[in-house]
Amino acid sequence: MDLPTVLFFLHALIAVGSAVAMLTSRNAVHAALWLVVNFVTIALFFLTLAAPFIAMVQITVYAGAIMVLFLFVIMLLGAERLGGEERFAFQRPLALLLAGALLVEIVYLLLSPSARALAAMPALTQEGTPQAVGQLLFSRYLFPFELTSVLLLVAMIGVLVLTKD
Amino acid sequence: MMVPIPYYIILSAILFTLGAVGFLVRRNAILIFMSVELMLNAANLAFIAFARYFNRLEGQVLVFFVLTVAAAEVAIGLALIVVIFRTKHSIDVDQVSTLSG
Amino acid sequence: MDAVLDYAFLAILFPIIGLLLNAFLGDRWRERGVAWVACLASGAALVVSLLVFAALLGRPPEARLVERTLYPWISAGALQVPFALRLDPLSVTMMLVVTGVGTIIHIYAVGYMHGDPRFQRFFVYMNLFLASMLVLVMGNNYLVLFIGWELVGLCSYLLIGFWFEDLSKAAAARKAFVVNRIGDFGFLLGLFLLFVTFGTLEFGPIFEMAEQSATVVLAGLTLPMRDVVTIITLLLFVGAVGKSAQIPLYVWLPDAMAGPTPVSALIHAATMVTAGVYMVTRSAVLYEMAPLSSGLVAWVGALTALLAATIAVGQFDIKRVLAYSTISQLGFMMAAVGLGGYTAGMFHLVTHAFFKALLFLAAGSVIHGLQHGMHASAASQGAEAFPASASPLPPPDPHDPQDMRNMGGLRERQPLTFWTYTIGALALAGLPPLAGFFSKDEILADALERNPAIWLVLTVAAFFTAFYMGRQLWLIFFGRPRTEAAAHAEESGPVMTIPLILLALGSVVAGLINFPGPHPFADFIRHHAAPFNPTVALTSTVLALIALGLAYRIYRDRLRATTDPDPLLQTARGLFVGAYNAWYVDRSYHRVFVQGFYALAAFLARPVEAGVIDGTVNGVARLVRRTAGQLRRLQTGYVRQYALAVMVGVVAIVAWFLLSA
Repeated sequence: MDLPTVLFFLHALIAVGSAVAMLTSRNAVHAALWLVVNFVTIALFFLTLAAPFIAMVQITVYAGAIMVLFLFVIMLLGAERLGGEERFAFQRPLALLLAGALLVEIVYLLLSPSARALAAMPALTQEGTPQAVGQLLFSRYLFPFELTSVLLLVAMIGVLVLTKD
Repeated sequence: MMVPIPYYIILSAILFTLGAVGFLVRRNAILIFMSVELMLNAANLAFIAFARYFNRLEGQVLVFFVLTVAAAEVAIGLALIVVIFRTKHSIDVDQVSTLSG
Repeated sequence: MDAVLDYAFLAILFPIIGLLLNAFLGDRWRERGVAWVACLASGAALVVSLLVFAALLGRPPEARLVERTLYPWISAGALQVPFALRLDPLSVTMMLVVTGVGTIIHIYAVGYMHGDPRFQRFFVYMNLFLASMLVLVMGNNYLVLFIGWELVGLCSYLLIGFWFEDLSKAAAARKAFVVNRIGDFGFLLGLFLLFVTFGTLEFGPIFEMAEQSATVVLAGLTLPMRDVVTIITLLLFVGAVGKSAQIPLYVWLPDAMAGPTPVSALIHAATMVTAGVYMVTRSAVLYEMAPLSSGLVAWVGALTALLAATIAVGQFDIKRVLAYSTISQLGFMMAAVGLGGYTAGMFHLVTHAFFKALLFLAAGSVIHGLQHGMHASAASQGAEAFPASASPLPPPDPHDPQDMRNMGGLRERQPLTFWTYTIGALALAGLPPLAGFFSKDEILADALERNPAIWLVLTVAAFFTAFYMGRQLWLIFFGRPRTEAAAHAEESGPVMTIPLILLALGSVVAGLINFPGPHPFADFIRHHAAPFNPTVALTSTVLALIALGLAYRIYRDRLRATTDPDPLLQTARGLFVGAYNAWYVDRSYHRVFVQGFYALAAFLARPVEAGVIDGTVNGVARLVRRTAGQLRRLQTGYVRQYALAVMVGVVAIVAWFLLSA
């Protein structure tokens, strides 16, 4: 096994581990912090996949802004922990069963003959530098890009309306 | 030597499944939200991996849009949670079942 | 003069304007204004009719057919129906009768309906009737005719039930409407068959094609034209049977007397009920091609004439006598047109319009006078208990102003009414030189020429006609007043008596329009007229005189009190009771059809409706509700369970992809 592969598995272990830790932590603040870890590892994956711009955005927007918002709300509500018991006994086993089934299905799909071609990695020709992505965003995807601004505006107004007493 | 794409995809699948499990088993609305974010990220990872494989930047652009939508969604979602908390004094989603048939 | 023909539609338009004015503005005017508008509208229609008549007379006899399309009314594929008017001698004759008699009756009604709280509405209906009747007679195709046909039926319904607070009158209106529907159903089927056969509904093209083509292709079958026309004419005749009150659908007409008397005179004697005769005459070409149909028409007419005449003998209600008389006279007309005597039939239609309208209006005057007498004598009358009589018939209601047993001796109290009534009665009885003599004799002459059996039936009917009219005259006008009301009855005012005089004049001179010999009317409507037959004339005149004499002998001073039994009850008890009960036809209809229908309805309502239909519907509803009750448990309201369901779906869909790939 070469170094990149070893590093990948190490990385992947951290990503999966942080995700599991997020799911199992009883305290919401801890969960949020574990999620930040997960996001950062994913940003690192983005870097190895020649997407430096998206990696940076991932860290600033997700790990930075969004998760701070989460933490803020958790603190605001003081709802770090939830009391009470699970009401539906079947929910957890069934969820795990279904998740397992889904995972098996996806892996099986990737192992199918038609997915073999994915194994060979083509040479890199397009790197997602800020300049390249920006050019695409402001040329071919200008209209959707502008729409996102409207979407964000709507979200902003929506939040104001919702939380106003 | 590069790590082959299927590895990434399988990682993405694992993370997605974990997110789905989180959505299904946690009762805390905020944690449910975080699980959704986890699923979104898993999907993003798949996008980026395929973008690398096909040498196309469109995948990355799409991830950019997903990020934007996620930001908007989180803002609205958290606002909703705040409103629910105000009326129910709880963010346990099992407490909110007014829509039962 | 021909320019008038372009404006013939005004005859329909004027009554419509009148009714609109009265309907929307009438409540601002007093009775006087409403009356003026209605009568002027009617009079204007009469003037138009006269001008059209003159214009037609001004043309050579072959050119007396003018069609004017007002607008293309229905244009749907093969069905092309113009709203077009056909002006020919036949339609002009009807127009003159309708507007002429109509106008006189409008004027009379101003007096008769005076003080009625729905005075305005009455004249709106009357004008509507006039317009509808003119549509009926002026249309150039069967569909326009049918529209008029239905509209006059509606007016008839509205006017019979005019005093609808009285439930029996509302029921009479409903009966008239329902019975007419039976006929109209046949008529409508006839229209469908006409259209399928000829591809048009216009009179002209239909008659031409019927005469020229020997066969017709219907539904892939080649049929002889004659047979198809026979079926068509039979179906059309079903409509005529309903509208013109022939056996077996005549039962509505006696009940229709529940309407105000001017309505009985105009709609149920002079005009609407003759629509069937007009229709058969209009379709003469078709009926002549179908001997079976015309034979049936003749026999139905003759038997109706006889049956109704015998029933009229046993009636005590002044208007019911006249109603059965009308049925009987319509039977005469039907018999005539059925035998091909279109001239005689139409001629009798015209004269009958005069003297029967006269009789009804005079009867209205009698009723009016008697009501007046009842008010005048109300103080002195007190509670007068009638002794129970041995009669099998119920005693008269002392407050019924239409029961002839409550009358008597009115000759002195209402001289004008008496004289006009007598003229009408004698005209109806067929005494020369009154109008009825000429027209009835022409029918009888036609009948003897073509079918002696029918002649015999009609002659017997004519005998009964004279008899019941004599009986009525004696009961109403002669002898001594049998009630205080009759003793205090008063003559009606001039607005009512002047129309009586006009109609009496008409009843005297109307016979001249087809005076034997020159037969001007026959020339005008271009149908054959039987030559004057002195034997027939003498026979019927002698028979009429005998009948009147017999009535005089039987009824002279025999009824002294209201409770005295009818003299005929002693001599021919069974027959008289039968006639009184209209030979139990109504009662059997009621038992068989009405009660049968009720029984069927009850059956459908309880076991079928409640059991089968409701059961099915409720069962389905219960099933849905129970299923939903179970299914709603799936809708728990818990977000996480919904998500679980989504997850199941995702797994299933991916699995499906995997398996199908």
